[in-house]
Amino acid sequence: MTTFELQKELTEIYTRNAKKIAKSTSHLINKHRTQAFGDFQKLGIPSRKNEDYRYTDLMAYLKGDYSYEIAPASFSVNLEELFRCDIPELNTHIVLVLNGFFYRKNNTTDLPEGVIIGSLADASLKYPEIINKHYAQYADTSFDSLAALNTLFAQDGVFIYIPKNTHLDKPIQIINLGFSFKNLRITRRNLFVVEEGSAASVLVCDHTLCKASFITNSLTEIYIGKHSKFDYVRMQNENSISSQISNTFIRQESNSKLSSNTISLHGGLIRNNYFAKLAGEGAENYTHGLFFCEDKQHVANYVHIHHLKPHCKSDQLFKGILDGEATGAFNGKILVDKYAVKTMAYQRNNNILLSKKAKMNTKPQLEIYNDDVKCSHGATVGQIDESALFYLRSRGISNEQARHLLMFAFANEVIDKINLDPLKDRMNDMVNKRLKGELSRCENCNVQLN
Amino acid sequence: MLEIKNLHASVEGKEILKGINLEVHVGEVHAIMGPNGSGKSTLASVLAGSNTFEVTKGSIHYLGENLTELPPEDRARKGIFLGFQYPVEIPGVSMVNFMKTALNEQRKFKNLEPVSASDFLKLMREKKEIVEITSSLTNRSVNEGFSGGEKKKNEIFQMAILEPKLAILDETDSGLDIDALRIVAKGVNKLRNKDNATIIITHYQRLLEYIVPDFVHVMYKGNIVKSSGKDLALELEEKGYDWLKE
Repeated sequence: MTTFELQKELTEIYTRNAKKIAKSTSHLINKHRTQAFGDFQKLGIPSRKNEDYRYTDLMAYLKGDYSYEIAPASFSVNLEELFRCDIPELNTHIVLVLNGFFYRKNNTTDLPEGVIIGSLADASLKYPEIINKHYAQYADTSFDSLAALNTLFAQDGVFIYIPKNTHLDKPIQIINLGFSFKNLRITRRNLFVVEEGSAASVLVCDHTLCKASFITNSLTEIYIGKHSKFDYVRMQNENSISSQISNTFIRQESNSKLSSNTISLHGGLIRNNYFAKLAGEGAENYTHGLFFCEDKQHVANYVHIHHLKPHCKSDQLFKGILDGEATGAFNGKILVDKYAVKTMAYQRNNNILLSKKAKMNTKPQLEIYNDDVKCSHGATVGQIDESALFYLRSRGISNEQARHLLMFAFANEVIDKINLDPLKDRMNDMVNKRLKGELSRCENCNVQLN
Repeated sequence: MLEIKNLHASVEGKEILKGINLEVHVGEVHAIMGPNGSGKSTLASVLAGSNTFEVTKGSIHYLGENLTELPPEDRARKGIFLGFQYPVEIPGVSMVNFMKTALNEQRKFKNLEPVSASDFLKLMREKKEIVEITSSLTNRSVNEGFSGGEKKKNEIFQMAILEPKLAILDETDSGLDIDALRIVAKGVNKLRNKDNATIIITHYQRLLEYIVPDFVHVMYKGNIVKSSGKDLALELEEKGYDWLKE
């Protein structure tokens, strides 16, 4: 299959179902489909000739026979039975998303006044003002065709609204489940709006529940108002025949602070694109990622931080451990505008290759249009430090355990940046198990992975 | 305790050790001296099991067992300790976790229960006093950001925790000021007893004023060219190494 054939197939699926898709959402969402359709036709599926996808062979993962569902699955899920995700001392508002659709029986209570956690499709009917103001305003469909594809197919996902001057103490935990007996394409669309002077944290856990292969196109738009703080932690843990392409578009107003940590534990193909616009003075953006891959898995992180205003700060740290014949890519860009003086922008990507066949491509980039900035970037691809290994072993620690200690220490730098302590401990635990090869599922959760 | 016979070792085809013979008995302190590049540190690394060097000939017997094929961790568990000339910085691995893991691996090897958290903290406190290191050091990552002196003290601290039978101290005095040298030497002396042995590798006689050896050996070009009592160190201090290089 060529990229053109896939484009044609997806266009046909859309055209065939366009009416049904439009019926599930209001015109505030539907009105963006025309533009998205045009952008998708123009851009096509990115091939490796596209510089931004040079190291990610999408077609190797996206081809094949997949069904598409334009209505939520009819089976019912016993939330309590299925998902007893207990992160010690971390009490969360749990929201389940099944095959891209907001699960109807989700029930979030004790929310502060004005806070909304719900289905995006519902929100498009119930909260037209908010949707109109924010939906599809940050996702640039003319730049990334997979973002265009998402806007084209978008039906549902999670909508979060935090009104002015509101602190949400309990984190919101979104659990994305893929569950199907046949191979399935999933489209997931989220919108998070944090108004001025507020704070919230969102934890997203991606899981596949069965042996079917899923191709997920996920897009999240995040708006962070003045003086607001948003913590965003994602754990990607899917089976090795599934692919996930996730786009995150962020707009930050003045003195806002975003901290984003994405831990990619497992998956066939994981491609994470981040686009952040620091659109107000003094905004701070911390985008961090940690990934593990083995066999023929591929993990790519593409980060684009755009400094538009003075006195902003951004810091990217991405680390990866690759084994087997796995391949990885990091493509990080910091763009500093002419008027964005006193910018502080840093970027670092460190990788460890555990096998001779594993491969990492890294491309840290700076593009700066004024001379009053403090910026740095750097990347390393290496092996486990032999001298450190010998040092540990010379104290009686086995080769295996010494390697484990060193890898864990390497990974810990990213986990350490998670702001919620109970979550940090849990992630440490998950990474520990991942490194020992023990990880198949979270504790107390019946989600089985392969 | 330790019997080295005709030991040859090389790195990338280049022979560094060219037939070392050395015997160390329980309760003894041996000093190995010699000019730069004579193979002293190589000998220390080979004894600890570094895979940088290949043993091409000869044998190392320790407590009656041939060590040459044994991985470094097994040597450590059997009581061999190498004090590194350049201790490695390991960001992200805390000193506490490192020492606890090491101690428990050694205890497991001896069929002992893992040490309890409270006992371990007590042990850390006790041993810290021996080398006069501050609490803050043990709360940090292994050697990360430590000064030269702190790194060397940390080696002796680890030795105090692990209580080896045979300690090999590679240039433990290099880079130390006189106060740190005194503290390190005091630590080594405190850990000396009739059941263990120490090999001190050093450039200078200075350390040997504090740790008095039973034997002094001089290495030159991959061989031990002279062995004698402690007075040899003084003679070397006075005459240098040139008179041995014929």
